[in-house]
Amino acid sequence: MSAAPLDRWLLPEGIDEIVPPQAAHFESLRRRLVDLFGSWGYELVIPPFIEYLESLHISAGSDLELQTFKLTDQLTGRLMAVRADMTPQVARIDAHHLRREGPVRLCYLGTVLHSRPAGFSRSRSPFQVGAELYGHAGIESDAEVLCLMLATLEAAGAEGVHLDLGHVGIFHALVDKLELGESAEADLFDALQRKAHAEIAALLEVQQVKTADAKRIVGLADLNGGSEVLPQARRLLKGGGPAVLAALGALEALEQVMGMRAPGVALHYDLAELRGYRYHPGLVFAAFVPGHGQEVARGGRYDGIGAAFGRSRPATGFSTDLNTLALLDGGGHTQQAGRIFAPWSDAPELLAVIAELRARGEQVVQGLPNQQEGPREMDCDLELVESDGAWVPRPVS
Amino acid sequence: MNTADRITIALSKGRIYRKTLPLLAEAGIEPLDDPDTSRKLILRTNHDHVRLLVIRATDVPTFVEHGAADLGVAGKDVLLEHEGAALYEPLDLEIACCSLMVAGRVGEPEPRGRMRVATKFVHTARRFFAQKSQQVEIIKLYGAMELAPLVGLADRIVDLVESGDTLRANGMAPLEHITDISSRLVVNRAAMKMKHAPVTELISQLTAAVAARR
Repeated sequence: MSAAPLDRWLLPEGIDEIVPPQAAHFESLRRRLVDLFGSWGYELVIPPFIEYLESLHISAGSDLELQTFKLTDQLTGRLMAVRADMTPQVARIDAHHLRREGPVRLCYLGTVLHSRPAGFSRSRSPFQVGAELYGHAGIESDAEVLCLMLATLEAAGAEGVHLDLGHVGIFHALVDKLELGESAEADLFDALQRKAHAEIAALLEVQQVKTADAKRIVGLADLNGGSEVLPQARRLLKGGGPAVLAALGALEALEQVMGMRAPGVALHYDLAELRGYRYHPGLVFAAFVPGHGQEVARGGRYDGIGAAFGRSRPATGFSTDLNTLALLDGGGHTQQAGRIFAPWSDAPELLAVIAELRARGEQVVQGLPNQQEGPREMDCDLELVESDGAWVPRPVS
Repeated sequence: MNTADRITIALSKGRIYRKTLPLLAEAGIEPLDDPDTSRKLILRTNHDHVRLLVIRATDVPTFVEHGAADLGVAGKDVLLEHEGAALYEPLDLEIACCSLMVAGRVGEPEPRGRMRVATKFVHTARRFFAQKSQQVEIIKLYGAMELAPLVGLADRIVDLVESGDTLRANGMAPLEHITDISSRLVVNRAAMKMKHAPVTELISQLTAAVAARR
């Protein structure tokens, strides 16, 4: 069945276009963010939109692989992929291209493509924005990235931000020593994601896990809430081993630092939150805002991602979607005030005035010969009027 | 009312609604409107900040996933079919219990070649047979699954079985048990974090109400 001419405007599912006045708002936010990242010392990188599938460092059969659009390179016959996530690309730039010593701060923004709608906006072409800090392993760099994420949300006009902190290492440390096998571990992971107590307990019973170990894992599902969570976790996970205690120590240290650096922000902890943290073996975080049923930004520590590109480095970062950010100030964008309409004429005096206004950053729309539509139709609230031989902007009557 | 403090609970009309009300009542929440007589889709309750949505059972996970409702009650059958982002599923309400089963005509042998399975539970059925390394043809139906084998549309059905009466009345019998089904409390991820105190309080009240009935 061929598409009827009437359907030619139809876009693929999950693919959107942005029109005035939202597009201007989107672009102004994009510029503000690039400037914000720059002012924090994060250098902009522009990775390619498409590259060889292997270079994107995607493990076969993973969620990310299913999310990735692929096509054959007609020059080489090799499989190419459109990026579904820019994080591995930026890690490659740090590990392979820059190869600098010491901390490296990079930021990036661009469209990614997803084969299936997912994530924050149900879009298949989110505009990913993020910042990464390589080369430092302490919580101080995590705190910096967290604060930059908060500044990003603030720049977008978000209010009432909740930060959710977790640590993927706790679950892994507790489960690794049980040696459950891949399938049972995947089931446990899935049940823990859903905080399905009864199912977690039943799974552990089937696997004949010792009571003390089982109690810790079931308890993870309840370890969520405010600052009371970390002391509770200390009690419950006491015998969990050094890796668990180190992870808790990192969260406690981060709580202190964030208390000083971002005192007004509500901190929430969830030690069973693991989903969506593809590369993160350790500390993870996400930001929620009222009125949004899903997180609006997330990130965490992903040390070692560069190993696939020949250089393992500590790394921490966050990313978000500019389309989602653009909605956070409540929308309702109207055309910018102050657009100036100029009538059609090629008189040098008028053209000189227009050029001068434009050089000052004013928006000037010049009419064309035989144009019927005036300043109102052209979305202008000022117009250039000749008065005593000079062209001056006047409010449209 | 500020949406930041409001709690919205999504329920489906019918059996789940009737069986959930006593549990909610023990948590101190009672609707002021009756969905059977009122045409309202949003029901007020005895608390200003708590409201109930009455929607189709299969829509409950979607409403909760997107945060249109903070909490919801949905059958495990519906949750298994729902292919979306994570929902929290902290409590088995132990109501509306039944089984998801494979059933077929009594005494009929396995068909040669590819088996045709009629079901409303497409994803769950496909996963179940794939786990048994069995390739089947899934035929999506919206109701009256029992009819499909009788008129030669399918060899087997995958359906919810409570007493087995409908199967018996149509000359069929349950063949394989896929999973036990009951209604679960589901919670939106953002609500769990941003409305943590009221949401966890409601969960613990409902947990106590369920435990008291055992």
